[in-house]
Amino acid sequence: MLHQLRAATVMFAALTVLTGVVYPLFISVVAQVAFPRQANGSLIQVDQRTVGSELIGQSFTKPEYFWGRLSATGPVPYNAAASGGSNFGPLHPDLKQAAETRIAALQTGGLRTKGIPVDLVTASGSGLDPHISPAAAEAQVARVVAARRMSEDTVRKLVRDHTEGRQLGILGEPRVNVLRLNLALDQHSRQ
Amino acid sequence: MTKTSTHLLDTKILGQAVAASFQKLDPRVQLRNPVMFAVYLGSILTTILWVQSLGEAAGTTGESSGFVLGIAAWLWFTVLFANFAEAIAEGHGKAQAASLKSSRMTVAAQRLSNLKGRVTEEVPATDLKLGDLVLVKAGETIPADGEVIEGVASVDESAITGESAPVVRESGGDRSSVTGGTRVISDWLIVEVKTLPGQSFLDRMIAMVEGAKRQKTPNEIALAILLAALTLIFLLVVATLLPYSVFSVQVSGQGRPISLTVLVALFVCLAPTTIGALLSAIGIAGMNRLSRANVLAMSGRAVEAAGDVDVLLLDKTGTITLGNRQATRFIPTAGIEERALAEAAHLASLADETAEGRSIAVLAKKQFGLRGRDLEQDQPTFVPFSARTRMSGVTIDGRAIRKGAAEAVETHVRTLGGFLPEDVRTAVQQIARGGGTPLVVSEDAKVLGVIELKDIVKGGIKERFAELRQMGIKTVMITGDNPLTAAAIAAEAGVDDFLAEATPEAKLMLIRDYQKGGRLVAMTGDGTNDAPALAQADVAVAMNSGTQAAKEAGNMVDLDSNPTKLIEIVNIGKQLLMTRGSLTTFSIANDVAKYFAILPAAFAATYPALKALDLMHLSSPASAILSAVIFNALIIIALVPLALKGVSYRPVGAAQLLRNNLLIYGLGGLVVPFVGIKVIDMLLAAVNLA
Amino acid sequence: MTTNAVLQLSLALGLLLACVKPLGWHMAQVYSGQAPFFERFFGPFERWLYRAAGLGKCLEMSWRQYAFAVISLSLLSFVAVYALQRVQGWLPLNPAGLPAVSPDSSFNTAVSFTTNTNWQGYGGEATMSDLTQMLALTVQNFVSAAAGMAVLVALIRGFTRSTTNTIGNFWVDVVRGTLYILLPLSTVLAVALVSQGVVQSFSAPHQVTLLEPAVGVDGNLENTQSIAVGPVASQVAIKQLGTNGGGYFNANSAHPLENPTPLSNLLQLLAILLIPAALCHTFGEMVGDRRQGWALLAAMSVVFVPLLVLVVVAEQQGNPVLQNLGVGLAASDVQSGGNMEGKETRFGIVNSSLWAVATTAASNGSVNSMHDSYTPLGGLVPMWLMQLGEVIFGGVGSGLYGLLIFAIVTVFLSGLMVGRTPEYLGKKIGAFEMKMAALAILAPCAMVLLGAAIAVVSPAGTASIFNPGPHGFSEVLYAFSSASNNNGSAFAGLGANTPFYNGMLALTMLVGRFWVMLPVLAIAGSLAAKKTVPAGAGTLPTHTPLFVGLLVAVVVVVGALSFLPALALGPIVEHLSLPKSS
Repeated sequence: MLHQLRAATVMFAALTVLTGVVYPLFISVVAQVAFPRQANGSLIQVDQRTVGSELIGQSFTKPEYFWGRLSATGPVPYNAAASGGSNFGPLHPDLKQAAETRIAALQTGGLRTKGIPVDLVTASGSGLDPHISPAAAEAQVARVVAARRMSEDTVRKLVRDHTEGRQLGILGEPRVNVLRLNLALDQHSRQ
Repeated sequence: MTKTSTHLLDTKILGQAVAASFQKLDPRVQLRNPVMFAVYLGSILTTILWVQSLGEAAGTTGESSGFVLGIAAWLWFTVLFANFAEAIAEGHGKAQAASLKSSRMTVAAQRLSNLKGRVTEEVPATDLKLGDLVLVKAGETIPADGEVIEGVASVDESAITGESAPVVRESGGDRSSVTGGTRVISDWLIVEVKTLPGQSFLDRMIAMVEGAKRQKTPNEIALAILLAALTLIFLLVVATLLPYSVFSVQVSGQGRPISLTVLVALFVCLAPTTIGALLSAIGIAGMNRLSRANVLAMSGRAVEAAGDVDVLLLDKTGTITLGNRQATRFIPTAGIEERALAEAAHLASLADETAEGRSIAVLAKKQFGLRGRDLEQDQPTFVPFSARTRMSGVTIDGRAIRKGAAEAVETHVRTLGGFLPEDVRTAVQQIARGGGTPLVVSEDAKVLGVIELKDIVKGGIKERFAELRQMGIKTVMITGDNPLTAAAIAAEAGVDDFLAEATPEAKLMLIRDYQKGGRLVAMTGDGTNDAPALAQADVAVAMNSGTQAAKEAGNMVDLDSNPTKLIEIVNIGKQLLMTRGSLTTFSIANDVAKYFAILPAAFAATYPALKALDLMHLSSPASAILSAVIFNALIIIALVPLALKGVSYRPVGAAQLLRNNLLIYGLGGLVVPFVGIKVIDMLLAAVNLA
Repeated sequence: MTTNAVLQLSLALGLLLACVKPLGWHMAQVYSGQAPFFERFFGPFERWLYRAAGLGKCLEMSWRQYAFAVISLSLLSFVAVYALQRVQGWLPLNPAGLPAVSPDSSFNTAVSFTTNTNWQGYGGEATMSDLTQMLALTVQNFVSAAAGMAVLVALIRGFTRSTTNTIGNFWVDVVRGTLYILLPLSTVLAVALVSQGVVQSFSAPHQVTLLEPAVGVDGNLENTQSIAVGPVASQVAIKQLGTNGGGYFNANSAHPLENPTPLSNLLQLLAILLIPAALCHTFGEMVGDRRQGWALLAAMSVVFVPLLVLVVVAEQQGNPVLQNLGVGLAASDVQSGGNMEGKETRFGIVNSSLWAVATTAASNGSVNSMHDSYTPLGGLVPMWLMQLGEVIFGGVGSGLYGLLIFAIVTVFLSGLMVGRTPEYLGKKIGAFEMKMAALAILAPCAMVLLGAAIAVVSPAGTASIFNPGPHGFSEVLYAFSSASNNNGSAFAGLGANTPFYNGMLALTMLVGRFWVMLPVLAIAGSLAAKKTVPAGAGTLPTHTPLFVGLLVAVVVVVGALSFLPALALGPIVEHLSLPKSS
């Protein structure tokens, strides 16, 4: 019995050190040396200022920005310190209401009522989704063009530039990085 | 025992079974079967609910008291049907036991005070003690099982075996055992009582058949555990459905929580009642089938083990070959007519009462029309077989005719100045190589030729072995012959292996070897020297004609003393397991349809959308539930004949067998209740019962 | 399904299949005491460890000793994880300055991680310090996984050994599993994940000035975004490989810093199924008949693939409520369409559905989309996969030993149907094995049904329900299905971080883990003591499609019969109540 307990204690201690200290530290060293940018959050620097992470979405509601997914994080949307989804079931009344509110907002900027891209009216799982579908970007081009008084071609070109296809041509879905696109719009407007 | 041809639906047994169904409502009886005990409790509960519902207005529970009564009634029927299934199986067993017992009524016994004096006193057989000596004369019944100490008599054993020809019983050897209840027809016997009347071997076995001491077999226990687990799961499913439905009513804002009556009905439908109700009937019926085959088993365990047997050890003589070797050919030496050889052989065998000797006479008669002459006038001198000369023969008209083993005859003729011709020597070797026994015949100093004696393999035995092979059972022939002879017969009979020059020790070793390899071994035996091997074997069938020691060592006794019965026993064992397995599968598969009947009905008010699950389009929620319960009860009755008869077994590979049974009982179990419930529902709707 | 959907699903399953044989073979080597390549590096450490632990020369244990060792390790783990959470406020590596975790949440988490469930009642980034994540949670990700695999190996030894009392040594199995299987795989995976953007840093949350202030629910404006980071990659790698599933962040693998790209998603998905699938081959290797392993893998796949297709189709169909608002749900080259609530754009319908099925088939429980927001049928499948007992892939080790328990029941049933006392891999199945198998199957079932029953009628239970109607019932049912079968995923709308749920679910997880593990070890002991029966023509072969079909039928029928009523009152009635799309 005591013999067994000794074995248990020694084993547990050894495994703790090995997998809880040595292993994560080793991975950290390798990560920081080999992939420092990724390991630290893929941050975007503009003029020596961190404006965000290319992997973490931000909340956009102004007409001159492309809007991202709805975000259900609290207390503010796109709260990167408390990720999470809405957890609305398909018949939850608030799901419908959130979608209706979004649709109404999109329509103010001018949007056809049929075939609104679904990702624009639904909340992402993380609440931090940095992407929207190309269809969702396309649906907003008219509003952004109007708000920024930029040529439609320019906006479309910027959208195209920030559209990623499927990874390796097959994986995942085509998508547009909203923060990067909006940063590019701002930069373009400043020029 | 007259072969009991109890029909499945014998009216007398039926009547008794119906009565027994009610007697078995005793809770102590019910408690033995957990599945049915749960149904029993459900019946009581719904009956109480019905009584309660009488006092209430129909609106309070949402269901009419007629509906509750209907459920309660059919639950009671379910319990009764299960009782009935068991009772009818027991009835068949009892009928068989009764016919066995009728032969064993108390008789008077003539007890000998000592062996020398022949002074007897008459006592009731029940007063006999172990070791008592009794004298049984022609026309009297042997009062108890025992050993013949003195005397030779023909005994009518038809009461036990159904075989009308009397058998000889004599002291010493393998024919010394007598069974209580059999009758001495001629002469007399002095028998030492080996078992007390009422506790004899057969009495114990009859008790087994009656089911009085039936113990659950290992597989039955394992299955009971599985069924209990399923019952427990369904009990949980049903019990938790109440809180679930309370919650569902809250969130949907309509309907009523599921009623206790419906919950009980659902539980009974889901619980594996079909197999639960028939389980003990199947076990009893298995034993019955065995005793119908005139085999008495010491335990159900042995029957079950028979289904598992991997290796069959079969004695060559009597099992694989006809009892004795027979003459098949006369081979004369050069210069001798075959007829002359036959004639000499015939003469030499006239006084030979052994089967071999008789077969020589028969062959001579068949081939050359030779008949037994009236020999009295020729004053023949018969020389019986002696261990020293290893020859037998006759001296007649001054001719000394001898027959015997080649070496013996060679020695014999050499002393007379003769010799063994080369062609005879060759023939002898050929016969031996072919598995036969050569007998050389000589007249004075001259060798006439050879008689070939051969084992005659029983007709159809090869096919039976092929069947066994398909079932995955290996056959091993046991023989005292030399390996050469054994190999030849083994090849001819189609056994997988053989043990030649077998001694009791070698037999025991062989069994142990197989068992060490994880195989189950079955064997038959009759002699006292078989006893150790019988005790070691997993399934050991003793011949009723055999010694008491052999019977005690085995775990089954074949009243017909037919060694090929082993194959039938294996079939019965397999059938027993298969019937349980198939009905379990059927029972579980049935649940699917019952869900589709009951679930939408139970939640018709709370979640009308669930109506989509009502695949059978049943007429109303109440009739849906009632139909499922009625189906569940009726299917028990419908399957009673199958439980008693057992599912059919064909010797095909395991995979093929499984595929067949899955199709019939698995798929059938899925489909049948859909049809059955729908039909019952239509009938109920037609008569407006629900 | 679109062509791309078929391609992506086939690619994932194809890659998985390709890994089964080499990894399965390697694991068989490791547990048979041979792994020359890795032993060259870690052999001395391994031997030193055994000496330090005082294992001595005799490295064999009876099933009772083995069970005692399992329990003692779990107990120590529990104490350590509980204590670390309670005192994390005073310990270093706590850049966000997080306080001690509440007693009930600590209790729940300690149970959750030691039972390989990794149910998370808490939100990671807002609750656990870096130290707790590493020293308590990451350690458990390794240890509980290694323990599950060890128990499986012990069971396999029960089949392969004959007439002996011993089934191996737990400590040796755990150490070798950790050193030669989990650590090497995790290291490779962690580095690969970092390359895709999974963070691995000990810095405090990054403060970012937003382009546009975010508007809170109460109308407050928030100008900065605080991006939580941590030693994520190292933990995520093992959380997937060890079928743990406990995420670093609350959103788990939906979080872009935990699962940033479709490629990282594919790698993690493969990691979820990798060891459970490969263990089938390990089993085949160790029992000396590879076909037996492939048969079990086939049985898993036969259940997995149709359910996967069902979820993809249901999710692609989408929510008719939104469709009736004029939202386009059709998949195209420019949007994934379907039911995107709770799903990430980069993963779309296909990768989210695939993940949901994989994570619940395997008892992983990590999510890359929110199951609570799935369509009723899309949510039914993950729930049911857990209710099947986590035997379709299942947890590392635990999945396969669970399936073997079902195989024992199947063998028993089919043995009866062919008229022969059942045997599996040469071992006769008797009453004792059936009793233990019944216990192992019954316990998780009972905990799901009873737990949910108590929760839906107690005010403390219903107070946490988030969604209205039958979906609320699904939330509770899902929680207990997940806890009882040691999955860890959730219909996360349920506010489970309450004393009621923390306590109830912890109890459920304990029963679900140990009330299965101990009977399994008992069976291992009993089988090892039996003789091995050679197979003959009367033996039912257990590697044929027929047997696979029957095994699947037994698993599915037990699962369906036990849970159909409950599911009818949750997802099924919800599905039937969906409005018709106009």
